[in-house]
Amino acid sequence: MQKQQEKHSKELKKCRVLGPVATIFASSTTGSWRLERPVIDYEKCIKCGTCERFCPTNVIDVYKDRAECVVINYDYCKGCGICVNECPSKCMKMIPERGEE
Amino acid sequence: MFDIQHKSKGLVSHGVSACAGCGLELIMRNVMSVLGEDTVILIPPGCSALFSGYGNESGLKIAGFQGNLENTAACAAGVRAALNAQGNYHTTVLAFAGDGGTVDIGLQALSGVLERRDRIMYICYDNEAYMNTGIQGSSSTPFFASTTTTPSGKPTSRKNLMEIAIAHDIPYAATASIHNLNDFKKKLKKAMETDGPSLIHIQTPCPTGWRYDPGKSVELARLAVQTGSWILFEYEDGRVTINSKLKDLKPITDYIEIQGRFKHLTEEQKAELQDYTEKYYHRYIKKLENMNIETEEHATA
Ligand SMILES: Cc1ncc(C[n+]2csc(CCOP(=O)(O)OP(=O)(O)O)c2C)c(N)n1
Ligand code: SF4
Ligand code: SF4
Ligand code: SF4
Ligand SMILES: [Mg+2]
Repeated sequence: MQKQQEKHSKELKKCRVLGPVATIFASSTTGSWRLERPVIDYEKCIKCGTCERFCPTNVIDVYKDRAECVVINYDYCKGCGICVNECPSKCMKMIPERGEE
Repeated sequence: MFDIQHKSKGLVSHGVSACAGCGLELIMRNVMSVLGEDTVILIPPGCSALFSGYGNESGLKIAGFQGNLENTAACAAGVRAALNAQGNYHTTVLAFAGDGGTVDIGLQALSGVLERRDRIMYICYDNEAYMNTGIQGSSSTPFFASTTTTPSGKPTSRKNLMEIAIAHDIPYAATASIHNLNDFKKKLKKAMETDGPSLIHIQTPCPTGWRYDPGKSVELARLAVQTGSWILFEYEDGRVTINSKLKDLKPITDYIEIQGRFKHLTEEQKAELQDYTEKYYHRYIKKLENMNIETEEHATA
């Protein structure tokens, strides 16, 4: 640990930081975990924003002025199903990630 | 110096390796959206460390460091002192620790902060066990819940963190729940603006440790409040506001029957838990209300 810190602090002298330190803001593609994905029946959606508010990964955007009013970023959606469970108009459902419904 | 390699909507990366449906992840995003960029975060080991960094990568855009499980509050007090020495009184210093890191291992450090009145904000996200090391029971694990160290159910009830903070006459403390994010955010704002230590104790549904369908995290948080298992209130300058005073409590089975950690309960144990929860709820509400009466008597004396 001591050695590791010394090595890092030598390399990072210019930045005046010590110790092992995270300097990159990054992301894993957690979407690959998914076994099921949430899909939306846009006709029934009341654009309330509940799904957006409760999504733990913060990947839902609700647009009041678009026909496809709910957009999910599947790169990170983990398929937890909270959005489906909380949607008050029951217009979302989970479908298997691969294969037919 | 900080290399932003991922575009995110807020201050938290979208792809953080918290389990699917993790209540902690929802909490972290809401905390960051209220506190904003001008915040330094102190995170001990535990699931919240998933956000502070893995190798040279971090899931948060703000500064912070990972201390030890014992000393999150002390680390925060140190950062506060250093900022103050620089003449910086605007940056929020946030200690963000789990229940193990708060009610067990880090309790003395928190008590010290409360006694010294250091201006730090402390959030205890309570997933009711030591989750990151494999679901060991903590003193926040509720009565009868099964963990790897209490396989047949915890024989005792939980420690009351709010009471401990109130015993120090903390300037601001509140409990919160992820099913009511507006209430949570309002409390975060108050805690942030408190001139002294503040505490938020938020119940944190954990699909992995509590063993339930991850889609039910928010629903469970709601049921915890509706069954009287989790009580929402604030303690502010000696006055209590109860946010979840309920006429009728839902049956405890609504809450426990969808969780694997209560699967082993016999019918008698369920009845015992029902009885315990109800009695505790009513007694505790009364106790909180009495606190206000005492405060008022003192004010008029
Ligand atoms: C003094 C000490 N004991 C044990 C550990 C090992 N350890 C690391 S994380 C952790 C679990 C912490 O539990 P909690 O604070 O409830 O956070 P959670 O993992 O539940 O999010 C433990 C026991 C440690 N880091 N330091
Ligand atoms: S919760 Fe349901 S109704 Fe509300 S915006 Fe989302 S999909 Fe539409
Ligand atoms: S399934 Fe979970 S992660 Fe995916 S969009 Fe819904 S709430 Fe978000
Ligand atoms: S173990 Fe629980 S608290 Fe930890 S990341 Fe998984 S769901 Fe979240
Ligand atoms: Mg914990």
